[in-house]
Amino acid sequence: MDNVITTEGLTKRFGDKTAVDGLDLRVKKGEIFGFLGPNGAGKTTTIRLITTLENKDSGTVRLNGYDIEKDRIKAKTSIGVIQQHLSLDNDLTVMENLVCHAMFHKLPKDVRKERVEQLIEYLEIGEYRDYKVTSLSGGWKKRVSIACALIHEPTILFLDEPTVGLDIQARRLIWDIVRKLNSDEKTVFLTTHYIEEAEALCDRVAFINQGRIIALGTPEELCRKVGSTAVEYFDGTRKTNYMYFEDRERANEFVNTLDTKDTVIIRNTNLEDCFVELTGKKVVAE
Amino acid sequence: MTFDHLREIYCVAWGDMRFLRHTIGSVMIMSLVSPLLYLLAFGYGLGQGQTMEGVSYIAFIIPGIVALTALSASFSSTSARMNVQRLYYRNFDEMMLCPLRDSSIVIGKSMLGIVRGLLSCAIIFAIGLILSDDLMLTPLFVLTLIVSCFTFSLLGESAALLAKSHQSMATFSSLVILPMTFLCGTFFSVSSMPDWFQAILYALPLTYSSTLMRESSLGWEYSWIFLAVLSAFAVAFYAINIYLLKTRKI
Repeated sequence: MDNVITTEGLTKRFGDKTAVDGLDLRVKKGEIFGFLGPNGAGKTTTIRLITTLENKDSGTVRLNGYDIEKDRIKAKTSIGVIQQHLSLDNDLTVMENLVCHAMFHKLPKDVRKERVEQLIEYLEIGEYRDYKVTSLSGGWKKRVSIACALIHEPTILFLDEPTVGLDIQARRLIWDIVRKLNSDEKTVFLTTHYIEEAEALCDRVAFINQGRIIALGTPEELCRKVGSTAVEYFDGTRKTNYMYFEDRERANEFVNTLDTKDTVIIRNTNLEDCFVELTGKKVVAE
Repeated sequence: MTFDHLREIYCVAWGDMRFLRHTIGSVMIMSLVSPLLYLLAFGYGLGQGQTMEGVSYIAFIIPGIVALTALSASFSSTSARMNVQRLYYRNFDEMMLCPLRDSSIVIGKSMLGIVRGLLSCAIIFAIGLILSDDLMLTPLFVLTLIVSCFTFSLLGESAALLAKSHQSMATFSSLVILPMTFLCGTFFSVSSMPDWFQAILYALPLTYSSTLMRESSLGWEYSWIFLAVLSAFAVAFYAINIYLLKTRKI
């Protein structure tokens, strides 16, 4: 399978702080790639570097085989980005925003008209087509943002924390869109804080911390790395502890050594466990 | 410049033209208030019956007021919209994500200022033609007006791209635009100032714009070298904007 996103030694510094530190990434065509990390880990900076919004200090980035520095225009042709924050022109109507984006991507007039209508129907925003964006609620603005990002049928879609602050209905809509795109062989690069979102959607996941990738693989592979069985138990200080084991047998052996078994849960390890264990943001077990 | 390049410029400018259409009434009224007040206060209040450089004071200041209208309308409409798009709506990034040349973005985003500047100046000059027989509409006046609006619109872009906040835009306007408005030969002849001060005034683009507007509308000898200098300002602002976009120092 071809790699559609490739970074080698990608580095970005802001003053003394290294936001992205020698990042090597390969994202395959048609996969949903999750990029997870704590706040300030470098997720958004990575997306901004890959999508050319930020200039890198060193390293290379290729999108669909095009170097983003040498072939910036060609590299940008195939990407769509849904940014963390809303980024619409509030002075224009929904329709005008869509047409603007279609024009930026140089869609011919007839194609433009067809795509705009398709997306208005798909995202159910027809009722608001002549409303100024400023009069819409956050959820509807997000839908318009999505429509703008999809107007030129990008083959690679970047979503930076796409469901932050959205209600469950809007969140499900975004999940459906991601799955639909994936079924059309589109590549999705997703950053998220919601572990369940990554678990539900992603084929592969990378954990980033302090600008470096600390783990990369399928959710199953990452869980195996930590230990596929988790034991969750309370100690005398009412603090939850977690231990991870290769299998249930070893987990049971450990539980038998505990003083009390009233508050012990044995379960499969999930991505959240891996995240916490590998990023080291919480003390998991003493 | 290729056809594809021109098409990109049109695509970039399209949204801003729609914005202008939505706001044309209020925007035009707002942009005409100051020049009309200057015309009343300086033209009729202070300059009634006076002459300057061989023409009536009203005929003298109208080209100056047109020049400052070109500055204020072109600069403020481009800088305000870009500043809001970049720092408040944050949709300027959306354009940067699209497969557009930096040069198309810079020229396309200047169109709003050019159109607004031309509209406002056309109204002021039309009033001027009614008020003074000395004034005339010439091709050189139109050329000067277009070059001026383009230059000031590009300056507005530079200010908007460099601004870190809305406050810094206001500071730039107070420190650069306001002094230019009053000092660059708009209400008086630059030659009446001390030599050292003239040197400062000739470092500012509005001085060239107001001189050229006066020369071209009063039938005086046209200083082509001034047009070259004004154009050089436009090239310099264009280069700054390209540099800021290319290096993403925005």
